[in-house]
Amino acid sequence: MNIHEYQAKEILRRYGVATLRAVVASSPEEAEAAAKQLGGDGPWVVKAQIHAGGRGKGGGVKLVKTPAEAREFAAKILGKPLVTHQTGPAGRIVRKVLVEEGCKIARELYLGLVLDRATSCVTVIASAEGGVEIEEVAARSPEKILREAVDPAVGMQAFQARKLGAALGIPAGSLGKLAKFAVALYQAVVGTDASLVEINPLVLTESGDLVALDAKMGFDDNGLFRHPDVRALRDPNEEDPREVQAQEFDLSYIGLDGNIGCMVNGAGLAMATMDIVKLAGGEPANFLDVGGGASEEKVAAALRIILADQHVRAVFINIFGGIMRCDVLASGVVAAAKQVELRVPVVVRMEGTNVEQGRKILADSGLNIINAADMADGARKAVAAAQGQAS
Amino acid sequence: MSILVDKSTKVVTQGITGATGQFHTRACKEYGTQMVAGVTPGKGGTDFDGIPIFDTVEQARAATGCNASVIYVPPPFAADAIMEAADAGLDLAICITDGIPILDMVAVKQYLRRRKTRLVGPNCPGVITPGQCKIGIMPGYIHKPGPIGVVSRSGTLTYEAVHQLTQLGIGQSTCVGIGGDPVNGTSFIDVLQLFNADPATGGVVLIGEIGGSAEEEAAEYIRRDMKKPVAAFIAGQTAPKGKRMGHAGAIIAGGKGTAADKIDALRSAGARMAPSPAELGTTMRDALARK
Repeated sequence: MNIHEYQAKEILRRYGVATLRAVVASSPEEAEAAAKQLGGDGPWVVKAQIHAGGRGKGGGVKLVKTPAEAREFAAKILGKPLVTHQTGPAGRIVRKVLVEEGCKIARELYLGLVLDRATSCVTVIASAEGGVEIEEVAARSPEKILREAVDPAVGMQAFQARKLGAALGIPAGSLGKLAKFAVALYQAVVGTDASLVEINPLVLTESGDLVALDAKMGFDDNGLFRHPDVRALRDPNEEDPREVQAQEFDLSYIGLDGNIGCMVNGAGLAMATMDIVKLAGGEPANFLDVGGGASEEKVAAALRIILADQHVRAVFINIFGGIMRCDVLASGVVAAAKQVELRVPVVVRMEGTNVEQGRKILADSGLNIINAADMADGARKAVAAAQGQAS
Repeated sequence: MSILVDKSTKVVTQGITGATGQFHTRACKEYGTQMVAGVTPGKGGTDFDGIPIFDTVEQARAATGCNASVIYVPPPFAADAIMEAADAGLDLAICITDGIPILDMVAVKQYLRRRKTRLVGPNCPGVITPGQCKIGIMPGYIHKPGPIGVVSRSGTLTYEAVHQLTQLGIGQSTCVGIGGDPVNGTSFIDVLQLFNADPATGGVVLIGEIGGSAEEEAAEYIRRDMKKPVAAFIAGQTAPKGKRMGHAGAIIAGGKGTAADKIDALRSAGARMAPSPAELGTTMRDALARK
């Protein structure tokens, strides 16, 4: 799960991470009031709040000199889609802006914390090149990326931050501040089950302070049960509505651009099913894992979600029933067909427990179901069906 | 021979009184596995289908001599259960539970470094040596004793591979699900080493997926040390970047962990790549013939 910049900064502030003073606004009037509330002579920075990077280049960030200018810029971007290289061509609707006080920037750096899967440790990643995407730096000049693994038994230590700071050429007088910043950042990660925190850029100000100019946080979905406050920050506007609906049924669904809807049990088999659809010359409309022991209701919900996608021209159900029984799957398909019209051909490949019973339920249902002998046969038939050809 | 589990393995189920624990304990017992004990704190002194239940793993071990554990404990308590199995000195802990917080697993991994227990999983189907011992949630009847080792990050895709092998008349020595989480106990390399040393294993099917670099590391091992033919498949060739594909570990992040990179690494290391998931069995058969 991801959250907005303003939300991330609120969390980080609680852990003692230095940020600039800022106020979030939902209307142009609020943006103007926010600038006045922050006070001073300006300038202020007005930033679009969407879950995507590249907001600056996309025209979603502006330095303003007066509160009136803050209002004007907010009026220009609020309620409208903002397109960045991460949003796709449709962009994301800007629903809030963050109005932040300005600061005098001496240097822009990068500081991030992620899980390093190879060492199974949270790892600090730092770079002297702030303000650009870290993946770009990694691809262009990997030697400019510094890493420091955190021992989970003791947590992030101040010396580790000082080491990184010294290597990045941070003035000696600011090393203590960097240590405080980085240790607080690690505590925020551990305290909220964050899977990622990125401060890009981390700014060294002319007065030698370190502040988070931008902040991005992502969370481990599996850890959210112990952080209801973080879970409450979920913004469904930023998510694919089909994915939000699928979550209500505890289904793992990812929308894609193709026209063959896929329903599969198990994440690995679900990915493999997408792959084989593609190999057969088709394009999958989605990833959908109904889970190991899916009930009739869950199967019906999954089929409804797949069919709600108007691009879908055929459905490919691929189930290897180990725990999941094929008769339960078949009953779910029949139940779903009573609730929603099966407006497209449905290809079913079933294998495993109670497969004969499952096939009988489908055959007796009178539904237009195309049976497949195996995965490859199912993929071929689904592609043919989507193209409107008889199989 | 086989790896990890065989006829002599004595298993304790942690979380035996939950619906999942009961269902699969019964299925494993019916398969012929020595299910000798169960643990549910507070339920000690009772039994399930004649299997005695204890409050702690230590008690279960002392009373029954169990040397392996299978864990169905819910996610918030699963890390604790794994560490309890390790503290009791079991040889093997197989954690089926899906949804354990990553930071819990980071701590578990650290804890296990100083103990002898091997963890398989979490978020995995378990381990089976066909005809001898089934520990986990895989359907036993699709398996057949034979010479092929199977190691995989996925559950149902493993069943698919096993089913294809069995249909071709090719049996399996041991099948190991290492799980779909980003931090897990046993790696591809750990299992490849065991298969390499196991005289009963003549070839290996390796099933990976997008995310992380475990397949690339496995490829390096295959290139350097693997003496047996390997057939492999990587799921997620069509997966979009930045989206978690069901498994917590299946995500292409920062341009890393793509299927293409993994396929290249494995192929250049000498593994025979299955062109499609429908050809896992035939690819293994061909790799054996070429040997």
